[in-house]
Amino acid sequence: MDKFQSREGLVAPLDRANVDTDAIIPKQFLKAIGRSGFGPNLFDEWRYLDHGEPGMDNAKRPLNPDFVLNQPRYRGAQVLVARENFGCGSSREHAPWALQDYGFTTVIAPSFADIFFNNCFKNGLLAIVLDAATVDKLIKETQANPGYRLAIDLEHQTITTPGRDEIRFEIDPFRKHCLLNGLDEIGLSLEHADKIRAFEAKHRQAQPWLFG
Amino acid sequence: MSAKTLYDKLWESHLVHTDADGTALIYIDRHMVHEVTSPQAYEGLKLAGRKVWRIDSVVATADHNTPTRDWDQGLDGMRDQVSRLQVETLDQNIKAHGAKAYYPFLDARQGIVHVIGPELGASLPGMTLVCGDSHTSTHGALGCLAFGIGTTEVEHVLATQCLIAKKTKAMLVRVEGETGPGVTAKDIVLAVIGKISSAGGAGYSIEYAGAAIRALSMEGRMTVCNMSIEAGARAGMVAVDDKTIEYVRGRPFAPKGAQWDQAVAYWRTLRSDPGAQFDRVVDMDAAAIQPQVTWGTNPQMVAPIDGRVPDPAEERDPIKREWMQRALKYMGLEPNTPISGIAVDKVFIGSCTNSRIEDLRAAAAIARGRKVAPNVKLAMVVPGSGQVKRQAQEEGLDRIFTQAGFEWREPGCSMCLGMNEDQIAAGERCASTSNRNFEGRQGAGGRTHLVSPIMAAAAAVTGHFVDVRTLA
Repeated sequence: MDKFQSREGLVAPLDRANVDTDAIIPKQFLKAIGRSGFGPNLFDEWRYLDHGEPGMDNAKRPLNPDFVLNQPRYRGAQVLVARENFGCGSSREHAPWALQDYGFTTVIAPSFADIFFNNCFKNGLLAIVLDAATVDKLIKETQANPGYRLAIDLEHQTITTPGRDEIRFEIDPFRKHCLLNGLDEIGLSLEHADKIRAFEAKHRQAQPWLFG
Repeated sequence: MSAKTLYDKLWESHLVHTDADGTALIYIDRHMVHEVTSPQAYEGLKLAGRKVWRIDSVVATADHNTPTRDWDQGLDGMRDQVSRLQVETLDQNIKAHGAKAYYPFLDARQGIVHVIGPELGASLPGMTLVCGDSHTSTHGALGCLAFGIGTTEVEHVLATQCLIAKKTKAMLVRVEGETGPGVTAKDIVLAVIGKISSAGGAGYSIEYAGAAIRALSMEGRMTVCNMSIEAGARAGMVAVDDKTIEYVRGRPFAPKGAQWDQAVAYWRTLRSDPGAQFDRVVDMDAAAIQPQVTWGTNPQMVAPIDGRVPDPAEERDPIKREWMQRALKYMGLEPNTPISGIAVDKVFIGSCTNSRIEDLRAAAAIARGRKVAPNVKLAMVVPGSGQVKRQAQEEGLDRIFTQAGFEWREPGCSMCLGMNEDQIAAGERCASTSNRNFEGRQGAGGRTHLVSPIMAAAAAVTGHFVDVRTLA
């Protein structure tokens, strides 16, 4: 996993609640066996006017001009701001892969679905929970001000608006540590290999039917 | 010692290590693997030069992509080459890395991962069980801690037999009283989601309890636990009782002999202690639950069959109002339309929510002696596993369905998510026994209404949603 770089980024508002993982990356793109290349199909059904399938030349497909990410002012956006329960639905990690492949480094919402939230951090995508009123303000300011950017400082857990407002956010210390250092969690867990083996031996004795 | 919840017991009995901030390493007993969320995990394992920590914890099958017809043509019956590559990649990965059991495409015991787990006795009370699929909560019906994980976590479990996690809060959903006729486990769980919302369970693991839950069969409990994720919860579970023990007895991977007695003695402790504290308690009256039909693009958008499509104008929260308006536009529905009477184009009976033998028996009882209505373009029954299919055929259910005009298919996830060719077309309306009615879920532009198997069968034979109790 790459280290999370604190930086300023262009903001795109997705003014919807309960954005589900089927919307983020539709099922036909889950047939891939790699982790990359999902960006062109992020929000595929909202973003294009035709029906997308794997293997199509996405550059030639008709764009839906009404979809927010297709507006030129949001091109190159790195920060996505959305309403509550973002990422609800399936466990598909293709959802954060697609957001990241598109260019997003950070997603801000009042709440996230549990598995999606986990999956973001496993891939270095920062998911920030802010209260609904603050998210509402950010969405409105982004819509009102072309070129609206936010500076995300993970180390100090702050977001700075163009008007120099500083918004503090909370993050689990372990997740922050992993993001800042780009840590491989498997490597971290394997540092406990002896403890895992000891647990396993005890567990096998207590519940032998779980083994074999 | 203080009173513990079932969740406390399952969590604490799998703790390998806890950091000062509560981040824990928990041990995983069973890892169910399927073709869609595993290729990148095995690839990661290979790139890092790591091995599977405990091969005998892995049970694998191919279910999401697999076609539900033309099995006589073997792999060539799988016309989508991208899907075929994914299914063959699973074959190769299991061959290279090993598993306790593998049920590949075309195998007699292949099936939906959440149907075959309990059926084989591969999911057992007291276990921690994970799978790269959000509906893993299904297995919690057996009194185990079961939840869905992402692909990076699949790799993590393969490599370490553990997961890094934090304990969730505990919610008790207590459904007391008795359900009326025609009200099923599906209606109970849809009513729960309608009450607490699709985000209401976020940050919680739910234990379902109360007389109406105890009265459910094991398969009914699986249906309830299955949709916990649709309420946003990490896991769903039901305490062990006699039904649990009798269900597990004699299954292929269940313990035998002296180990069986030892296991049963332990399993009987798997219930919340009297006085155990929950972070939230939700009470439901089973008698007040009617057969449910979803009207929108999220499972919480649900109404009783005698209800109407709600009017967004009456919603005061502007964000919710906009969400409802968008949903109704997508669904092609007008506010205040009676639910009963909305015509359907397709009917799907299947999925990890409702494809078990009891689901098929119940649906067949409605289909028996009736015909699929002329306006219904396709009514299909997709059994959850090869085992369910064989049993249904032995009972003659397949003939009841086919005589009524339903298609009788091979097992798999099928039209629940339409990764194979089983899809609904743009604008088509489907009565579906699956678990999600998101935009495009069953096919781009398709309109999904979630219902129970008997309500789906009733919609098939009348051509529209109807109170199944009027057909009896």
